[in-house]
Amino acid sequence: MTDDPDTTPVESNPTAEPEQSATAEHEAQEEAAEAVGAAGGDTAAALEPDPEPEPAVPEPELLHGAPVTWSRGQAVLHPSREDYVALVRQLRNEGYFTCLDLCCVDYLGYTASRDLPVGTLPERFEVVVMLANHTDRARLRLRVQVPVDDAVMPSLFQVHPGTENPEREVFDMFGLDFTGHPDMSRILMPDEWEGHPLRKDYDVGRIPVQFKGVSSAR
Amino acid sequence: MTTTDITALDAAVDRLTGDHTVLRMSETEAEERSGYQPPTDGGMGERMIMNMGPQHPSTHGVLRLVLEMDGETITRSKPVIGYLHTGMEKTGEELTYLQGPTNVTRMDYASPLFNELVFSLAVEQLLEIDIPDRAVWIRMLMTELNRITSHMLFMATNGMDLGAVSMMLYGWREREELLRFFEVVTGLRMNHNYIRPGGVAADLPDGWDDELGALLDVVPERLAEFDLLMTGQPIWRERLQGVGVITAEEALVLGVTGPILRSTGYAWDLRRDEPYLAYDQVDFDVIVGSYGDCFDRYAIRLNEIRESIRIVLQIMDKMPDGDYRSQDKKVTPPPRARIDESMEALIHHFKIFTEGFKVPEGEVYVAVESPRGELGCYIVSDGSPKPHRMHIRGPSFVNLQTLPHLMKDSFLADTVAIISSVDPIMGEIDR
Repeated sequence: MTDDPDTTPVESNPTAEPEQSATAEHEAQEEAAEAVGAAGGDTAAALEPDPEPEPAVPEPELLHGAPVTWSRGQAVLHPSREDYVALVRQLRNEGYFTCLDLCCVDYLGYTASRDLPVGTLPERFEVVVMLANHTDRARLRLRVQVPVDDAVMPSLFQVHPGTENPEREVFDMFGLDFTGHPDMSRILMPDEWEGHPLRKDYDVGRIPVQFKGVSSAR
Repeated sequence: MTTTDITALDAAVDRLTGDHTVLRMSETEAEERSGYQPPTDGGMGERMIMNMGPQHPSTHGVLRLVLEMDGETITRSKPVIGYLHTGMEKTGEELTYLQGPTNVTRMDYASPLFNELVFSLAVEQLLEIDIPDRAVWIRMLMTELNRITSHMLFMATNGMDLGAVSMMLYGWREREELLRFFEVVTGLRMNHNYIRPGGVAADLPDGWDDELGALLDVVPERLAEFDLLMTGQPIWRERLQGVGVITAEEALVLGVTGPILRSTGYAWDLRRDEPYLAYDQVDFDVIVGSYGDCFDRYAIRLNEIRESIRIVLQIMDKMPDGDYRSQDKKVTPPPRARIDESMEALIHHFKIFTEGFKVPEGEVYVAVESPRGELGCYIVSDGSPKPHRMHIRGPSFVNLQTLPHLMKDSFLADTVAIISSVDPIMGEIDR
């Protein structure tokens, strides 16, 4: 008997599968949907013979177990701070062997849409990690929200030692602390510098220009 | 080979994260322990902490190395950077997208067109516009020539660092010829601000292919001279072979890309594996080493010059006609002559140069293969004419992390060879 694993969940969950297929845009999402649909369908059938037609809170689209959004054709995952290191380690074991970059963005004063999936609350800082899978020629971006009053992140040093310098730069420029990092010190600014230059509330600094013959200083 | 197994990666992580290679000491601690230490620290032996740089003829710019040495052997080391930091990313948030290339071009100043290219590609991806074919091919032509000039700079400095002083003159001579071509096309020898969002700043002048053809006829025989001077020479080989060895797994977990990664035998080149511009329409080989040592990195860059020449000759054949920049009025300023004729052209010119053109909100990361590795640009746009965040992933910033591991248990004389083979450019490290 040839059991096609792709069609088995469809047969057992006629209500769940089409609802998620309507919103699905990519193949990977179907796999996640089947897993979620199969689990939800089984428990729903056991507990409630009449499941709710639509959930109270919409589920975010998942990719590799984390909520995903798509930005100009690029996949962006939004793990929580707690799941982030485990997700990077899992992705490394799946083929995303190299972490290319780790940077931070300060969203203070940002008025446009943050483009976050449902369930992810926006915070002031975002740590952005770029991963690459050479075999599948695939790239992933991870965006982790970090609040300003608890500006601490777990370090990726034990998974990708190459994040040592980028994490030091994020500490230097934004003031985020990385727990588990071997050398959390300033890297670009002098060691005794105060303040974190790339934060939006750190002034660029201007020297007023004096024009000869003009009475009011600019 | 572009696959590896997880156990090898885990072993590499364990090797690299042990504290026996990187000298993680604060400035004051290093001060106190600098100089000769008598053998009283149990197990430490006669270790000395020495400072190399930032002013030093062989550290490729303002790079400072704190070295812990046991006689002539380096046991641990730490690169200290930040002496060239000028806040370019902060500046980038204050400049419009048209002014952006003037800022980013000065980061990797040895291959400035790549910085402009990656910035322009990121902005165009946010704008979701297409640029004309001719603009794409001109960009490819100019960046491949820039790769040749950057590798020539590497040849010159590498030779000089190892004592082949005449190599310095030969390398600069070839670079000068190509910089002269850049001046004819872009107006400047370096930091051209030529590749802009929407296309390029100006079309190639008439007769460019004759001039370039004449230049490129001369370069291969000069490369053969370099082979004679360096590649086969016993002293050169003795100084570079087996020095500064890194494995593919160590390179991958350190985030290393470019000639250093390819010297380990790992064949990853963005031009072939994630083609951008029109690299899928030209024929070229990706040069890969076998031993991961300094000699491999030298040989890779030498042969990449040959491959770039091959690409440029194909571009000269296939260069399409057409516009050299996008005709989208909201992005590209109008030609100067139109300003006298049309009110809309005048208004567009004014708006684009003063306020700047608006870029739709979103965030994007684009990467290209620069001579040093993967050069990336991450832009977050809030819909205004200036980026909310502009971050450049400089390959040398990440590649620099290999230095302590390459220099471990090597001689001080090899340090210079190793730094040179990593080819760091402090502009993109410090930004």
